[in-house]
Amino acid sequence: MSVFAVARLTFLEARRRRLLQLVLVMGIAFVALFAVGYFLIHKESRMSVVGERLEMSNILLLMGLYAANFLGVVLAVVMSVDVIAGDIASGAIQTLVTKPLRRWHVVVGKWLGLAALLSIIMTLVSASLVLVAWIISRYLPDNLPEGIALMVLAQLLVLTVSILGGTFLNTLANGIFVFMLYGLVFIGGWIEQIAAFAGNQAATNIGILISFVLPSEAIWRRASYLIQPLYLRQLNVGPFVTLSTPSPATVVYSLFYIAVVLAMAVVVFQRRDL
Amino acid sequence: MPVIETENLRKVYRDVIAVDSLTLSVEQGEVFGFLGPNGAGKTTTVKMLLGLVHATSGSASLLGCKPGEPQAMAKVGFLPEHFHYHPWLTANDFLDFHGRLYGIPHEERRQRIPALLERVGLGGRENSRLSEFSKGMTQRIGLAQALISRPAVVFLDEPTSGLDPLGRRQVRDLIRELRREGVTVFLNSHLLSEVESTCDRVAIMRRGRVAGLGTIDELTGMQLEVDVRASGVTDDLRAELAAFGRIVAGDGDRMTLQIADDTVLPAIASALVNGGAQLYALTPRRLSLEDLFVRLVEGDTG
Repeated sequence: MSVFAVARLTFLEARRRRLLQLVLVMGIAFVALFAVGYFLIHKESRMSVVGERLEMSNILLLMGLYAANFLGVVLAVVMSVDVIAGDIASGAIQTLVTKPLRRWHVVVGKWLGLAALLSIIMTLVSASLVLVAWIISRYLPDNLPEGIALMVLAQLLVLTVSILGGTFLNTLANGIFVFMLYGLVFIGGWIEQIAAFAGNQAATNIGILISFVLPSEAIWRRASYLIQPLYLRQLNVGPFVTLSTPSPATVVYSLFYIAVVLAMAVVVFQRRDL
Repeated sequence: MPVIETENLRKVYRDVIAVDSLTLSVEQGEVFGFLGPNGAGKTTTVKMLLGLVHATSGSASLLGCKPGEPQAMAKVGFLPEHFHYHPWLTANDFLDFHGRLYGIPHEERRQRIPALLERVGLGGRENSRLSEFSKGMTQRIGLAQALISRPAVVFLDEPTSGLDPLGRRQVRDLIRELRREGVTVFLNSHLLSEVESTCDRVAIMRRGRVAGLGTIDELTGMQLEVDVRASGVTDDLRAELAAFGRIVAGDGDRMTLQIADDTVLPAIASALVNGGAQLYALTPRRLSLEDLFVRLVEGDTG
């Protein structure tokens, strides 16, 4: 099936371009740095109360996962930004779409290849962080599989937008488009949080509204909410508390969002001249 | 049934008419030359035939299907103009992937690829990355990609651009081989010698329209000219000669007449002699494809 042939090549190309190797090396460096920091803080801290230790572990791990989530989003953009736009610019797309396949095979195939790649990287990195935390402090966060799955979902949301952009923008414009969009919802997310803290409903609503444009930040906040221990969730203190927690409906909306945006990418790509 | 057929095919980009009402058909096994200056609409036409570009109006069919239908594309090979593919792939990766898209089984791909590379003059370069290839070699690997499925129809858009004289000859030989195998070849080119030596039929495009269509003999034969060198040609005699054909040039003792065929030559000679002129030379001359091309597209540049 052509979709899988395209997906397979997209995956293999990351290896041929040494992208995979690079991500692996940098990922190891990232996890190693996290391990050193985590270890030192735990060793030196004089916290004796179990609750305090748990809270510290939670904050540190969430910090690591937050960084991983951010890097994952950046990686999703960087790896996908020229995957269609670049092929159109170089003319490679002409060789590809004149094969016995339909244009949607190219769009969906490239999406699948990158989605697989990004999911594997994100799962490996976040699982490594959790493993480091467990080895050092025997701390295991709650709802781990859901948490990691949501972080993968956040990446896929950004990936899908970038694939759509690539069907009608050039590589540079697409990069700007996706990062600006991400920045927008990032700010929107903070507006929502701070407004919720200040008790301003109008501003909270604006934040929520913006997260509909691209629900990746909302998904991350749901992930970070789920990962925290139950009592911390109820306590609602610390830098990673979520004062306005996205509901499970956000997840449903996100899946729907991916399907619709990918369908839009297919339609735009189908209609354009190559 | 023709392999390629278009009817009033038209493509307008914003305010530029790239292809204006193109009607043509190409039969199976033909080597069809599609000629024209840059910007005449050759590439746009090929892209419309392959479904890369959507026509503004009119219709096109390829192997009885709508352009771009996978069913037809399974039997089609295409070498795009300025061929380029991901430079990080090796020659083998590249051909293997495109072979896979054609649904060629793994074992067969493994056998075909080395033979194919040999055929396009890249024998033994399986593991070279495309980034290491020169312009000419890139063109050759593109050609290999177009032939990997053993297609029934091959579209070549300026296949010899970037090739040295030896490479050009190899491509010419390859086109002849394809013809012997019964493959239909649609050749976009502005290299007239290449077209003259390989094509059964040609269409000459000018500003998105067909300015001439037929076999090379038909096209150049339609344009038989005769150079006359004679002294003492009076105005009356000149008017008499105009009955045999159009006088396209003439000053003093020399003039050139465009005639329908060479059967009128004796009549021209006797008219001149009987009219009292001294006839020094009467030289019939077929137009070369180049003369014809220049004449048809004259005034169009860029």
